Amino acid sequence: MHDAKVLGYRRENGRVGVRNYVAIIPLDDLSNAACEAVANNIFGTIALPHAYGRLQFGEDLELFFRTMIGTGANPNVAAAVVIGIEPDWTNRIVEGIAATGKPVTGFAIERTGDIGTIAAASRQAKEYVHWASELRSEECSLSEIWVSTKCGESDTTSGLASNPTVGNTFEKLEEVGATISFGETSELTGAEDVCAERAATPEVGKQFLDTFNEYNDFINANKTDDLSGSQPTKGNIRGGLTTIEEKAFGNLQKIGKKCRYVGVLKPAEEPQGPGLWFMDTSSAAAEAVTLWGAAGFVVHLFPTGQGNIIGHPIVPVIKVSANPLTCETMSEHIDYDCSAILRGEMTLDESGDNLLEMIKRTANGRLTANEVLGHREFVLTKLYRSA
Amino acid sequence: MSDSKPAIQFLVHDAADTVGVATVDLETGQTAKGLYMDSQQALEIEVLEDIPLGHKIALKDHKVGDSVIKYEADIGKVVEDIAAAHHVHIHNLKTRRW
Repeated sequence: MHDAKVLGYRRENGRVGVRNYVAIIPLDDLSNAACEAVANNIFGTIALPHAYGRLQFGEDLELFFRTMIGTGANPNVAAAVVIGIEPDWTNRIVEGIAATGKPVTGFAIERTGDIGTIAAASRQAKEYVHWASELRSEECSLSEIWVSTKCGESDTTSGLASNPTVGNTFEKLEEVGATISFGETSELTGAEDVCAERAATPEVGKQFLDTFNEYNDFINANKTDDLSGSQPTKGNIRGGLTTIEEKAFGNLQKIGKKCRYVGVLKPAEEPQGPGLWFMDTSSAAAEAVTLWGAAGFVVHLFPTGQGNIIGHPIVPVIKVSANPLTCETMSEHIDYDCSAILRGEMTLDESGDNLLEMIKRTANGRLTANEVLGHREFVLTKLYRSA
Repeated sequence: MSDSKPAIQFLVHDAADTVGVATVDLETGQTAKGLYMDSQQALEIEVLEDIPLGHKIALKDHKVGDSVIKYEADIGKVVEDIAAAHHVHIHNLKTRRW
């Protein structure tokens, strides 16, 4: 396959985005109200409210900053305003985002109050919107579009058709040198050895198994039952999935039959080169997509069986389903219906091409179902309690 | 979606698998047409229990303790005997993990 051309916004650091947001980013839970007020005042901005940012420490705090800085640094964001309760940690996020070269300004609420902060931040946001509105998308290579994937509310149709469709698309993206990623550490349970064999080198395979075992130990240390009540989920079971092993092998179809992953990423860690990357993530949809957005991925492929409806504030989430019942009863959530595979009327290769086409259309400006329906889930991963 | 009845009513991932997946609601007594996804080879089975879309149908007899094979892989242990052409789900198949 040759590397196709798509439209994208080339940012100051050379990365390519497919959206052009002015993001209003709260440092902490206390600053959500001011950010939402700015977003209400200024057309063309988007607030990213969240629940944390206070009294976190250690690795959990590092992940917090990586996620907030990474989201602001994402190439789908043209410029950012950061609002925090105090200036020090606010500046840490501002400086992290500014390292990409994009415009960003921080505001602190203490010694000003909400109203003065909202006024000043709104004036800055207005200037950014004028500036961003004159940026033009330009012709870029498909391989410059970083694409992540996870599935949700899976059923057996995911393993049969929608996940292998993503796998086929990933093989084609890998071939042109794109940067792509999968994860969902605990949902590989039962298929972890097969997944380890898909690493590009034995060292990377061992790194994956170490990551998997650490997550598995954490689950075993905290579980109160055999976990069969939540993994597979009730939705999975209704759709015909019986065990975590079955779910895991279905999940793994998303990396196709040929792709090999070149490295293992920490949650929200930016990959340092092209190819397929494994990221250590929870399998909860909004948490995981938030981590990939923070790592710099600009399009997300989301196969679903029973109909997970997740979105993200700045990353378009392309929904793929092969379940005819879901495609009929929840059609407004599905961007690409591949149920023809189940009827024996379409091959996986054709389906992979169709999904690739949907990625190009999304880059070229088609809004995804989650964007049109206003699904903007932004959920931080918390590693442990705050101090 | 096409209005005509689909050419197949269940799919099997790999030749080694002991279960198939219903791609429509299967009814007791019907002769269901299936397809192996790896070889594109056809197969037929007389359905002995109603099986909803997406749920698994046994392609052979399974005894307690046996493995159910799907994706050429062990997806769990049989906890209640399953005769061929019957429904395989949480009542007769459990994880080997957790």
